[in-house]
Amino acid sequence: MAATALSSRQAADRARRSPLGVVKSLLFPVAPAYLLMIIPAILLFTFFIIYPAVQGAIWSFTNYVGYGTSKFIGLANYKAAFADPTIRDSYGFTLLFAVTACIVTNVVAMSLALALNARIKWRTGFRTIFFMPMVLSGLIVSYIFTFIIGTSVPIIAGALHFAPLESSILANEHLAWLGIVFVASWVAIPGAIIIFLAGLVSIPSEVYEAASIDGANAWQAFQKVTFPLLFPFFMINTILSFKAFLNVYDITVGLTGGGPGTATTSVAQTIFNGFFNGDYAYQMANAMIFFVITLFFAVFQLSMMRRRGGSL
Amino acid sequence: MAAQVTVAPTAAQQVGIQRRGPMREGIRVNWGLTIVVAIVSLVILVPLYFAIAMALKSPAQTGTGTGFTFPWPIQWGNFRAAWDLTDFPMAFSMSLLVTVIAVAGEILVSSVAAWSIVRNWGHWQFKATFVYLMLALFIPFPVVALPQVKLTAAIGLDNPFGVAILHIMFQLAFNVLLFSAYIRGIPAELEESARIDGCTTFQVFRRIVLPLLAPMAATVGIFAFLQSWNDFMMPQLITANPKWQTLPVIQYLFQDQFTTNFNVAFASYLMALLPTLVVFLIAQRWVVSGIMRGSIK
Repeated sequence: MAATALSSRQAADRARRSPLGVVKSLLFPVAPAYLLMIIPAILLFTFFIIYPAVQGAIWSFTNYVGYGTSKFIGLANYKAAFADPTIRDSYGFTLLFAVTACIVTNVVAMSLALALNARIKWRTGFRTIFFMPMVLSGLIVSYIFTFIIGTSVPIIAGALHFAPLESSILANEHLAWLGIVFVASWVAIPGAIIIFLAGLVSIPSEVYEAASIDGANAWQAFQKVTFPLLFPFFMINTILSFKAFLNVYDITVGLTGGGPGTATTSVAQTIFNGFFNGDYAYQMANAMIFFVITLFFAVFQLSMMRRRGGSL
Repeated sequence: MAAQVTVAPTAAQQVGIQRRGPMREGIRVNWGLTIVVAIVSLVILVPLYFAIAMALKSPAQTGTGTGFTFPWPIQWGNFRAAWDLTDFPMAFSMSLLVTVIAVAGEILVSSVAAWSIVRNWGHWQFKATFVYLMLALFIPFPVVALPQVKLTAAIGLDNPFGVAILHIMFQLAFNVLLFSAYIRGIPAELEESARIDGCTTFQVFRRIVLPLLAPMAATVGIFAFLQSWNDFMMPQLITANPKWQTLPVIQYLFQDQFTTNFNVAFASYLMALLPTLVVFLIAQRWVVSGIMRGSIK
């Protein structure tokens, strides 16, 4: 035992003996190897994430255009952003899209998870098919659907004399967002199915046996047994998908490019406009507003989970 | 936390793909539901068929049709044309470069950091570090994109290396969370006995801890692979030189040229989609169980 390598506590004890060691133990209380493992990560993280975030926050209070000098102009960017219809519309679209897509994804994924967990033929094969979109690039999937929704569907609808789809919905400023909901859900549903399936297999079959002994029919079993036990998984899915949908960018760029007009321009796309027209500091203010909204939803969702007794 | 770590893999196995062959006798197949599922699966299969059919046709064969007609005779030349037009080998290499660095970096940086934090949890500095790193969970890329583009350009990282580093940094919080939950389930006694045998801290990590982390490393690696390969937002904004762009961004950059020949465009899309699809079909069980472990945390 005498030849033991230094554990972190022993190292700390030894360091405390000299005056220099006291200072060292306050700053670096553990074995140096542990510090070598964590300090580079902290430094890189600070440099690449926190520093730009702070810098951006400061810029949002200036008239910076992306280069040259700038001066402090207080809340002017924020006031202008709140009054800007382009920015307001982008929030309107993004929130409407995120809420709708979140509901669609959860409802469809839960139904499919139930079906894929039931006694169907070729269950393995069907699961493979339904999981596939998960690994595909959202942008490229959008390009494929641009052609299907924009060209193929109107031709088919024309042949069938089905008026609502005879012209591309992506070219209609009131309906284009539905196309984006469809494609974003198409990409997001597989991941949600996997989480629901994990929830379904965690429900012991005894619970269903007990329910059927008590005379519950299939719908009652779902309502009283499956749904309550799946609720934590429903929360996980809601948080994961809502967070992703708020940052929507690939799919709007691929499907509509933000159009027609600016009807489907997401918040992310609006922020990136800060590279043009000297709107750098202005869009940084927009980014900060977006950050606060994201934070609000994140905290809200986390507290919901806590109350439900779910784990993060 | 420990309970989750042990429960998740078994759940994953049950959902996994191991159920081969005919079902046990005595369990009736629900044919009605099977037909419904088959019809719904067309929502996935038809667009994929469409993409393949389009990629194998000539513009004349597409004509003013819907694009759903069966491609005959097959135009393999579309792939050659797309390959040359977009310089596919270059874009593929860039995607591969970003993905390999991101996967290796995410596993290495976050596992080491998580272990260091968990094993020194008694010190407030490490608790504070953990909370500090978790801040990133609340910072989506669009919020810091503008300053980050300037920053990476200023230090010469407006290239695939910069993209890979940012991928590692943005995922750090989530990955440290995954790894630290997992490490808390590993008894410290194992490591103590290795120390008694004379291992240094680094050796303990490499010989004892790292092998035990394999399942969680697989999860982190799968997430990293899918995210880095398919990412569009970050490379598009960070990488300045269009020649160094990854596959998804290349599809975006060539949209204007693609409008003259949609069939070449679809050939190009398919080639960009193929790598993740192939990996998924080969390693489906790991991918599914990995995603499950990561999400149910």
